[in-house]
Amino acid sequence: MTYIFDGSLPGLLTAVFEWFERKPGKVELKSVEMFQPEAFAESFTVITNSEKSDRVWAGLQKKLKKEWLRKFYCSYLSEIHEAYNHLFHFTIYIFQNGIGAETNYGNDHVMAVSKYARSVEREKHRMEAFIRFQHTADGIFYTGIDPDFNVLPLISNHFKNRYADQQWIIYDLKRKYGLHYNLNSVEEITIDFTNGVNSKNPEAILLDEKEELYSVLWKDYFKSANIVARKNTKLHVRHVPKRYWKYLTEKQLS
Amino acid sequence: MSFDRIREKLNILADAAKYDVSCSSSGGTRKNDGKGLGDSHSSGICHTYTEDGRCVSLLKILLTNHCIYDCLFCVSRKSNDVKRAAFTVDEVVELTMNFYRRNYIEGLFLSSGIFKNADFTMERLLLVCKKLRLEQNYNGYIHLKTIPGASDELIKEAGLYADRMSINLEMPTEAGLKLLAPEKSHDDVIKPLAFVQQNIAQFAEDKKLIKHIPKFVPAGQSTQMVIGATPESDKDIMYTANAFYKNFSLKRVYYSGYVPISNDTRMPVLGTQPPLLRENRLYQTDWLMRFYGFKVQEILNDANPNLDVDIDPKLSWAIRNMQHFPIDINKADYKMILRIPGIGVMSAQKIIQARKFGKLRIDQLKKIGVAYNRAKHFITCVDSPYQLKDYQGTQIKAFILAESQSKYLKTDSNQLILF
Repeated sequence: MTYIFDGSLPGLLTAVFEWFERKPGKVELKSVEMFQPEAFAESFTVITNSEKSDRVWAGLQKKLKKEWLRKFYCSYLSEIHEAYNHLFHFTIYIFQNGIGAETNYGNDHVMAVSKYARSVEREKHRMEAFIRFQHTADGIFYTGIDPDFNVLPLISNHFKNRYADQQWIIYDLKRKYGLHYNLNSVEEITIDFTNGVNSKNPEAILLDEKEELYSVLWKDYFKSANIVARKNTKLHVRHVPKRYWKYLTEKQLS
Repeated sequence: MSFDRIREKLNILADAAKYDVSCSSSGGTRKNDGKGLGDSHSSGICHTYTEDGRCVSLLKILLTNHCIYDCLFCVSRKSNDVKRAAFTVDEVVELTMNFYRRNYIEGLFLSSGIFKNADFTMERLLLVCKKLRLEQNYNGYIHLKTIPGASDELIKEAGLYADRMSINLEMPTEAGLKLLAPEKSHDDVIKPLAFVQQNIAQFAEDKKLIKHIPKFVPAGQSTQMVIGATPESDKDIMYTANAFYKNFSLKRVYYSGYVPISNDTRMPVLGTQPPLLRENRLYQTDWLMRFYGFKVQEILNDANPNLDVDIDPKLSWAIRNMQHFPIDINKADYKMILRIPGIGVMSAQKIIQARKFGKLRIDQLKKIGVAYNRAKHFITCVDSPYQLKDYQGTQIKAFILAESQSKYLKTDSNQLILF
């Protein structure tokens, strides 16, 4: 039996609710995007219902500590299709067992959720580390990113607390939305890039006049800090995988 | 200030500072209350890595590389023919702020050559910190070098603005230090380390009584030793490290493989590869002491004054102490599980939690993250294959070496020949 949901978090939680209503036995959860009807398999379409999903979430809050609620949320943000199915079964497993069942790392779903969460947290941390702002002529610090997972909701607070006295925009180019901090609060925005602005590298005219100076100084610093006799390219690439180089000012040729 | 001049200064003063290993930005607790700039991330963030694979978290610079001392192991020594430069206080402040705003760095690591005298130097370092904190409202990380010989008042005031302070031991033993830097002694380091530590303790004590007390070096102190410039054994090095961890509650001791920078005959000649493998083994030992409950005497002693080159110190301890193995994963206590080669802190904690739900099997251990091919020689679990033969430690070592390939073998051939 396949359960089909709309890909949203409330949808996923509603699916758990529906399962407990029906107890249909072995079920696989798929998002509508990934679902392909099969000839002899039964399927059931979950209709997202905020009342049902709120009840499931409230139930989870009673069962799980904060740390695990976060793991749950992070796994969801991975946007990986198998993760949805694991989360679905993980939730059922948690409800069917006593307090503390989430520490059973021998259980496949527990292990899977813990792994997805780790990947997402790692990506979140990488964004906190590898994002490089460019100071634009209108005074805003801007960066465009395309993270592997949907981590904007996770990094918002970090940047808000850190850069409280400067306006900034972090734009997810892949998911086509961004965060704008306006010195008071962080707001979700969408930008229309169609009028010829290069979103990854705003052209020089749009940048603050000192931007060039500091990016050159930073590149210089990066070179000076290296000890040539200790060159270790393998380690370097392990810490900064090549797919992130496009973010890094110090990795761009001037 | 001209563009080219500031570039030149940064190149000189960053280049001279790079031999200081510490780049940790963890342990900072400053919060951005109000609308300042910066907020410490308790676990620290590495913003990039140099091509030698080292983390870059802080803008690590010297205020100046003019120095009145002539320590042989140091690039900035008086007699060395290098370009000299000095930043103004404002230049350092501006660089830090602008790098921080662009998310290049977690903060500033400020050290300096000694010009004129210790107090004069310390005063300027202090001035940079004060400007950042008080004028710029900066809450990012500051790692400040304590200048040995500076007055207590200056050091104490600096502690109010810095997150971490450090002084380098430089050489693992007094004899080694005397050989290369006759003007210096370990006592010069011990005195200020102890002074800062007493103040940290005092502030912590006061904090129990009075709530609003300023922070004093909240990320603690660290030190650094140069490895391989002088002929100390691994035992000498780690016993010194252990004593400093104990006596001064240090957060970290760093080990820096000596990169030859001088033609002096008392030290390895120019062109010698830095002892990267040895440095790695020392860090492994350091981790075993701090996170795995090992006593330094268990790993290094008179019978084993140097660490094995071909295997890591944890495996090497296990092989020397086969009487403790095999360990039953489903029964042994946490302390023993931590000692099994192939099992780290995270896996050990997961094992303890998971086994409450049922006895663990091999496939579960693998999923938990245990390096099973290594661990299998030292453990039993529910479905461990029955073994007729009791292998000797040396045989197990041969098995493990046969299936693993050292990442150092290719790059570091000249080091291995020594043994």
